[in-house]
Amino acid sequence: MPLVQITSPHAHTSQSTSSVMMLVAIATLPGIAALTIGFGWGTLTNIVLSIIFALALEAGAVRLRKQPIGFYLRDNSALVTAILLGIALPPYASWWIILTGMFFAIIIAKHLYGGLGYNPFNPAMVGYVVLLISFPVEMTRWAAPLELVSELGTSGVSKPTLIESFGIALRLIELPTIDGFTMATPLDLLRQNDALMISDLKQTYPQFGAQGGLVWEWANLGFLIGGLFLLYRKIYTWHGPVSMLVTLSLLAAIFYDGGSSNSGGSPMLHLFSGATMLGAWFILTDPVSSAVSNKGRIIFGSGIGALIFIIRQWGNYPDSVAFAVLLMNFAAPLIDHYTQPKTYGHS
Amino acid sequence: MANYSELTLNGLWKNNPALVQLLGLCPLLGVTNSVVNSLGLGLATIFVLFASNSCVSMIRNVTPAEIRLPAFVMIIAAAVTCTELLMQAYAFEMYEILGIFLPLITTNCVILGRADGFACKNSLPAAAYDGLIMGLGFALVLFLLGAARELIGTGAIFANMDLIFGAGAAEWKWVLNKDYPQFLLAVLPPGAFILTGLLIALKNIIDNRIAKVQLARSAPAEKTSKRVRVTGTIT
Repeated sequence: MPLVQITSPHAHTSQSTSSVMMLVAIATLPGIAALTIGFGWGTLTNIVLSIIFALALEAGAVRLRKQPIGFYLRDNSALVTAILLGIALPPYASWWIILTGMFFAIIIAKHLYGGLGYNPFNPAMVGYVVLLISFPVEMTRWAAPLELVSELGTSGVSKPTLIESFGIALRLIELPTIDGFTMATPLDLLRQNDALMISDLKQTYPQFGAQGGLVWEWANLGFLIGGLFLLYRKIYTWHGPVSMLVTLSLLAAIFYDGGSSNSGGSPMLHLFSGATMLGAWFILTDPVSSAVSNKGRIIFGSGIGALIFIIRQWGNYPDSVAFAVLLMNFAAPLIDHYTQPKTYGHS
Repeated sequence: MANYSELTLNGLWKNNPALVQLLGLCPLLGVTNSVVNSLGLGLATIFVLFASNSCVSMIRNVTPAEIRLPAFVMIIAAAVTCTELLMQAYAFEMYEILGIFLPLITTNCVILGRADGFACKNSLPAAAYDGLIMGLGFALVLFLLGAARELIGTGAIFANMDLIFGAGAAEWKWVLNKDYPQFLLAVLPPGAFILTGLLIALKNIIDNRIAKVQLARSAPAEKTSKRVRVTGTIT
């Protein structure tokens, strides 16, 4: 007769941090595939270099803190941070940009605050914002969609192979500077637009696709699928992502006004351009830096959705997922304080 | 009789105004984006601290305790005004660059803190020396931060030194690498916050090391007993 007494909860899950993070990493694959097919190997080189730097920095930081290195490397959190930052960076980002970003993500935003579970801010987004503020030129140079590169017929720009792409990322091969290799993103065009109706804008610039931006709509669809997969596997609840997407669409619908030159693009354009889906399903769902309760997550998500729209529409930056997430990370403890669920039996 | 070596150690290290007391953070974060700016403000602060500490110490026996703070602030404001006018006369470009941070020295907590905490209780030489050393401690941190931020932010150091040291210093600029991209974060205020935090951490590491060494030196004395006793203690 077993005399070992175990207290509730008796049901438990086999999900460890390591397996959860691995699932998140796997769920980014459809989006990464779409970005790679659309923009070339640049996204992949970003991710590979990010992972190498992230693991090295994580190992170094854990060693300095005199903790078991293997144990912390196996939790895969650095891997996910690296993948997210690699996706967010412009394709063919040079190695020192990636190293700087990873340093701020892993060392400053995570380990200086006490390691995984203690970071008040999303590490990948801290790295991204540091880079965006510090190196505006390099960070706003997004690769042109491959099909437009051939369509415009710019001479001299070949589509780099995988090996050449690594050469470009390490800056052994110079990044082609000819116009046509890099191109304004749809959200850039929307930001700069001041005279064209939305429909004219879409006709003038080939970067717009059917709903969002060319390639961007497929990438966003990919991240949406990955997110739904994670939702199905119960990695997180629907509250955060759905409230963010709903708030963003509502605001976009209110200010769309049928597509005048002042309007900010249709809800579909906002949902399927830029980092919307990546932010909704992979970044604001970070369990450490978001609000905790379901009600809190609804407020947290709505806040991010509103901030994304406000900054996209009236701010200086074309896309704003990173800023919005970081601003709401600041607010997460406050949200938690006011949305603490009541204990049963206490009023 | 004041202990001057202890005053020195306090001002420069143990009780450093910027790293330990965390006073005067506003100019610390606002101005230190280059060595020349840091030095300009550092020198001005040293001068003001020295002057205000000396004056406060001289009138310490005739100031009623109730109105001592307004009196100190008046003295400090007078010292700051002198500094401002001097800079306007001899280093006008520097004066322009420092802008609002120069008059703001009046509200720098280090200065009122030393006036009320030290100068009004001590004799003139001690108070003057304390002002000098505390100012030096503050200026040293300003210099370190300025150097780090300029180097990380622009890839060069000692640019525009001619603003303080005259035309001959214009060639002091040392460039790390001509292709260095501007790292704007280090030049912007957030970089100052991060680097100040790292400097404080560095100081704490050094303090911990020193404490460990001292502990190791004092500890062996107890272990010299040759008696072996496995259980219990002698009472």
